Amino acid sequence: MTNNITGAKALIESLKKENVEVIFGYPGGAMLPIYDELFDADIRHILVRHEQAAAHAADGYARATGKTGVCFATSGPGGTNLVTGIATAYMDSVPIVAVTGQVPRSLLGVDAFQEADITGITMPITKHNYLIKKAEDIPRVVKEAFYIASTGRPGPVLIDIPKDVTTDLLDFNYPKEVNLRSYKPIVAVNIEQLKQAASLITASEKPVIYAGGGIIISHAAEELLRFAELIKAPVTATLMGKGAFPDAHPLSVGMPGMHGTKYANYAIQESDLIIAVGARFDDRVTGKLESFAPSAKIIHIDIDPAEIKKNVRVDVPVVGDAKTVLTKLTSLIKQHQPKTSEWLKRVNKWKKDFPLHYKKNDMIKPQYVVECIYELYPDAVIVTEVGQNQMWAEQYFTYAKPRTFISSGGLGTMGYGFPAAIGAKIGRPDATVIDIAGDGSFQMNSQEIATAVQSEIPVVVAILNNGYLGMVHQWQELFFEERYSSTVIEESVDFVKLAEAYNAVGLRAVKPEEVKPILKEAVESGKPTIIDFIIDKTENVFPMVPAGAAINEIIDPE
Amino acid sequence: MRHTIAALVENRPGVLTKVSGLFSRRRFNIESLAVGVTERPDISRITIVVAGDSTVLEQVLKQLNKLIDIIHVTELSSKNSVSRELALIKVAVDSGTRSEVMQIVDVFRAKIIDVTTDSLIVEVTGDRSKVAAMEQLLSRFGIKELVRTGDIALHRGSVTAEAIIAQQSDL
Ligand SMILES: Cc1ncc(C[n+]2csc(CCOP(=O)(O)OP(=O)(O)O)c2C)c(N)n1
Ligand SMILES: [Mg+2]
Repeated sequence: MTNNITGAKALIESLKKENVEVIFGYPGGAMLPIYDELFDADIRHILVRHEQAAAHAADGYARATGKTGVCFATSGPGGTNLVTGIATAYMDSVPIVAVTGQVPRSLLGVDAFQEADITGITMPITKHNYLIKKAEDIPRVVKEAFYIASTGRPGPVLIDIPKDVTTDLLDFNYPKEVNLRSYKPIVAVNIEQLKQAASLITASEKPVIYAGGGIIISHAAEELLRFAELIKAPVTATLMGKGAFPDAHPLSVGMPGMHGTKYANYAIQESDLIIAVGARFDDRVTGKLESFAPSAKIIHIDIDPAEIKKNVRVDVPVVGDAKTVLTKLTSLIKQHQPKTSEWLKRVNKWKKDFPLHYKKNDMIKPQYVVECIYELYPDAVIVTEVGQNQMWAEQYFTYAKPRTFISSGGLGTMGYGFPAAIGAKIGRPDATVIDIAGDGSFQMNSQEIATAVQSEIPVVVAILNNGYLGMVHQWQELFFEERYSSTVIEESVDFVKLAEAYNAVGLRAVKPEEVKPILKEAVESGKPTIIDFIIDKTENVFPMVPAGAAINEIIDPE
Repeated sequence: MRHTIAALVENRPGVLTKVSGLFSRRRFNIESLAVGVTERPDISRITIVVAGDSTVLEQVLKQLNKLIDIIHVTELSSKNSVSRELALIKVAVDSGTRSEVMQIVDVFRAKIIDVTTDSLIVEVTGDRSKVAAMEQLLSRFGIKELVRTGDIALHRGSVTAEAIIAQQSDL
């Protein structure tokens, strides 16, 4: 116990107790006492150039490492600038703790200068949030915040601290454990449900494992591999589940849903048993709900009971942590002789007949850029923006491990990738971190080049520059009679000059043969590098299931 | 279908907003919501009546359970619980109708709690159907104002919040 320290100091001491090694943030009036404490604390602070980026960087750090990311922002606009980043983390179940300054207690509720009701604003996009009213609550609240953010189904937690609370004195005593009677994230797996699941699995002739981000969160990739090999079922991993199962594995069928592979979607539609693990039947996966997996029974394994039966009918619900459940299931059926060889033959035939494909010409194809990145840096951590670039990054890189594909899935936040890449690189300094970007998305947070340069964070941004808000342009081409309303942005910015203006490295490639050398140059520069790949702008993302269609109604032109 | 849900929550600022925000955000229909502190000052009880089928009810219960400040949520069925609502009804009266209104109030074992020359305020307590019947009977005299508390409900018998929370803490 330390007597008589300020609230600000107590906050920093509490963060140290949680082993926080880095904070992404931006100061302001309400945060002055806290930043003053941070000045000589041995926690690294990365000064971003926009608070949205602080939240995304904390999120990227969390996804790349499995630890909880931390971001700071001041009251009012600082907090509201965090909102998109918090919502992004919420939708993808990412553990972050956001600390915001607030006006002094005496000014709360009077529309004081830079007052915003940030706990009210973030209520629907946080797992929990706090407005601290007394300095002595700081240690307990920080302890609870980290516990809530990182356990059960993880998510963002926000702590709002009035300025005068940070200058009040308290006796500091960090709690050893949390005592929350209303939050018990550890659930015992129901053995009856497990047995029912086991009997459906052993009876199934056409099973499909549908693996989501929960596998990665629960560190269950090995258990998934063992389970899949035991029951010999094809595995389709969602965007959030990328890396949960090796793409190159013979049982892998790639991603399901709107831009999934034909063979994953066909397999789901013909399957007699869907085994969903840590996935939530998002509408981008199921397509038209009424026609989703019409002949399949569904086993839904998830740590969040509220996900079960939210979107689809479920025959056997299993509430629990993916790793625990898969381990138990595997041992329950370890003598099992799968009857799936006919099924696998059929799935493999689809795989052979309907591969992902694109045609080369003398322009740079976006798919080719992604393939080159894989060829040169197969162990890279790939971060993406949103749009066509994101889908190509998913389709043409062969992911092998968890936490190597980092992307805003649920919210689909343009501008996420670059700051998230900065966070990922800080968490994994030895990894090559590449943000596969679109020219539109990158412009949503390009100011962060300054952060990367100032803090010497050598991430590579590979812009697949088509001059379009490509994904929206694609929908206009296909469904709005080629009326390209506000989706053409070509030649609006010179990305090389932009990089150079910030003292980063800027490179440009226009011919296919330049792609590999330029990628090497970028990675080997050891500096933040922006590469402008001028790509064939006519390229679109296929296969594609139109919105509202069943997932086997797939458009995939030659 | 109508379902009555009882939630024991931490008695903290903002909890009610979290609950009502959840309902509007997820498009659950609240028919009524009543909140008040329990025999323990640190715990409030919220009684919510929602409309929807059993899938909706299941989602409501699960989503409420996810809120960190909620200690316990359960459905109260008409069999295992009792529920009551209180309404205040201001009816227009004149010398010709006053006694008729007072008779109705008597039959319903309701109370008159305010009297002026041209109106009465009637206090009625009962289950939903009793309050509705009262409202219907008084409507022909002209209801000037009406306010109702929404249902509040308790488990019958010896089940208590105390016991539920003690059990929860053992987990
Ligand atoms: C913040 C935000 N605004 C708007 C959208 C809608 N949107 C989705 S993809 C897209 C176009 C993205 O363009 P670009 O980054 O150039 O990627 P491309 O599709 O061309 O690869 C837009 C506008 C979004 N996802 N996020
Ligand atoms: Mg583009």
